[in-house]
Amino acid sequence: MRKLSSDRMSELFERLDSLCPLYLPGEKDGAVSFVRYEQGVDYAVGALNTVRSAKDFFFPQVENIAAFRMTGKKIEILENQNGNEPFVVFGVRACDAASFSLLDQVFLSEPVDPYYRDRREAGTVITVACGEPDTSCFCTAFGIDPAEPKGDISVWLTDGFLYWQPRTDKGENLTENLTDILEECDGGEIKSYQDTIKTIANQLPLANLNLSYWENTDEKEIFASPVWDEIYKGCLGCGLCTFVCPTCQCYDVRDFDCGETVRKFRCWDSCMYSDFTRMAHGNPRKTQKERFRQRFMHKLKYFPENNGGLVSCVGCGRCVRSCPQGLNIVKTARRVSDD
Amino acid sequence: MQITKTIKKLVSEGKADRVFGWKKGELGFDTEPALFTEDFDSVVYNSLCGANLCKYMINETKKDGTVLLLLKPCDSRGLQLLTKEHRVRREKIYALGVPCRGKIDVDKISDKGIKGMIDIQENGDTLTVVTLYGEQTVPRQDVLYEKCLSCVGKEHVGCDEVLSPELSEDTTVNDRFAGVTALEEKNPEARFAFWRSQLSKCIRCNACRNVCPACSCVKCIFDNPSSGMDSKANADDFEENLYHIIRSFHVCGRCTDCGECSRVCPEKIPLHLLNRKYIKDIHKLYGDGDEAALLTFTKDDAEPSVVYERGEGHA
Repeated sequence: MRKLSSDRMSELFERLDSLCPLYLPGEKDGAVSFVRYEQGVDYAVGALNTVRSAKDFFFPQVENIAAFRMTGKKIEILENQNGNEPFVVFGVRACDAASFSLLDQVFLSEPVDPYYRDRREAGTVITVACGEPDTSCFCTAFGIDPAEPKGDISVWLTDGFLYWQPRTDKGENLTENLTDILEECDGGEIKSYQDTIKTIANQLPLANLNLSYWENTDEKEIFASPVWDEIYKGCLGCGLCTFVCPTCQCYDVRDFDCGETVRKFRCWDSCMYSDFTRMAHGNPRKTQKERFRQRFMHKLKYFPENNGGLVSCVGCGRCVRSCPQGLNIVKTARRVSDD
Repeated sequence: MQITKTIKKLVSEGKADRVFGWKKGELGFDTEPALFTEDFDSVVYNSLCGANLCKYMINETKKDGTVLLLLKPCDSRGLQLLTKEHRVRREKIYALGVPCRGKIDVDKISDKGIKGMIDIQENGDTLTVVTLYGEQTVPRQDVLYEKCLSCVGKEHVGCDEVLSPELSEDTTVNDRFAGVTALEEKNPEARFAFWRSQLSKCIRCNACRNVCPACSCVKCIFDNPSSGMDSKANADDFEENLYHIIRSFHVCGRCTDCGECSRVCPEKIPLHLLNRKYIKDIHKLYGDGDEAALLTFTKDDAEPSVVYERGEGHA
């Protein structure tokens, strides 16, 4: 483990950014998101989670796949994918870091998604432990430890010091370039900081979410639960929860007609939208109840069944905080299981 | 609770067979819109009931029976709009006005650096915020929704019954058009830069559209695959601008200024400023009567040249 005095953090950011582009949580017009680091950008150290999750780095909301140009009867295929230069993202929380493993299940299993894979290879993830978990947090319900975040490098920000622990080869390689400013230290120094985090995490009101009903009940029975008839009533059918969610990974492929050229791009889709799963014969989910149910069945039942029991939620609490009408995954999971 | 008593009485008298109101959420400080067919004791109404419920009536009144709807003063204007535009079957609604003295924006409490909120207790003009890290007090006025800081009025409109109207307060502290005036005073380049920067945060979640009582198209152009305009993401860096410009123009002259668009935006884009700009201009050009100025023809309507002249400097 290594450490650095907290007042030298901007020096660290300068150094990282000189190695390859650095992104970190910063405030823009009242909302915190991952922004490109430059002089004058302040790291939003107090913000627990960004509005959008860190999945954007590997699975962006929109990405080009290819473009086509028509000249008479000739069609030319144009490469227009965004490049994959190495980059570093600092300030990822334990929950978002855990979401990458879930996305890997989807995009890195056969057939491998080359766009996602290339970005995963290009990115180095530096996580930061959560000193003050908030009421909406429930990552511990999924075995995620906010005091011991994963990633290529883990960082703890205590009073006065930044502690730095590389975890992967990528993390070690990056650290090699920074040995002159990061001094070696004994890892024991962060123990009490971690203990405090654990004490808080255990008191969080949503952290005792119990999914045993979901694990042990037949999917047809859950699907047919009468609770769905009531619980969706407040749902607006907007895509907010799906777009801020670090584990939602549904997408659509679209054409953008630019006249002589057509741009094929991929963009996030939302199971809350009326034309999601629309096919030649029509739409199998015609009502908001069915769309609402699909979102939670996917996360809590279908995904685990197809991925060795992994639940497609990391407890980041974004849906808890952002849903305009106060609906969220915890509420749904508990009501359906009558917990 | 007087509201529960009134609800039970109205249902027993046959005025309605179900209730659309709010119920307690998973935490001590959240509520959710909900439909009640029994268990009326679990209807809650407090300072955390910011959501406007009137738009749910579009679907609810397609069903049989009568629904008792709880409405704050600003929500009642939304129901009035939906009624005028024949989007709801008004005869299937029993509109019960409930008093309002401004609603609490939990994000504003968080913005004060208060973390680990467990509960919010209200004592007059002070809130006690119970957190994992101890208790803190916050002046109520500091954490009201933006929409409440320039309240559109404490009087209900078009309700069948209003409960305790004397308890409603106008919580206005800001001139309603102050934000618009500040933008008008900027030069066009600075104003353009302001909106480009704000709108570039948009994630196209459609929450502003779906919550808006004036956005009641059966099939929105942005959802319609046959329109050539449907999109789930911003395919280029002007598309979200286009979306908001079209949406705000479409509700222009119909917007009730309920402030829901800004309340629900996860990126805190001040969308109400677009709507208020139109409202301010309409008031200036056509007066601030109740009639929908842009849907009403009168022989002495301003000619286009006059509109241009009166609107000069505010383009």
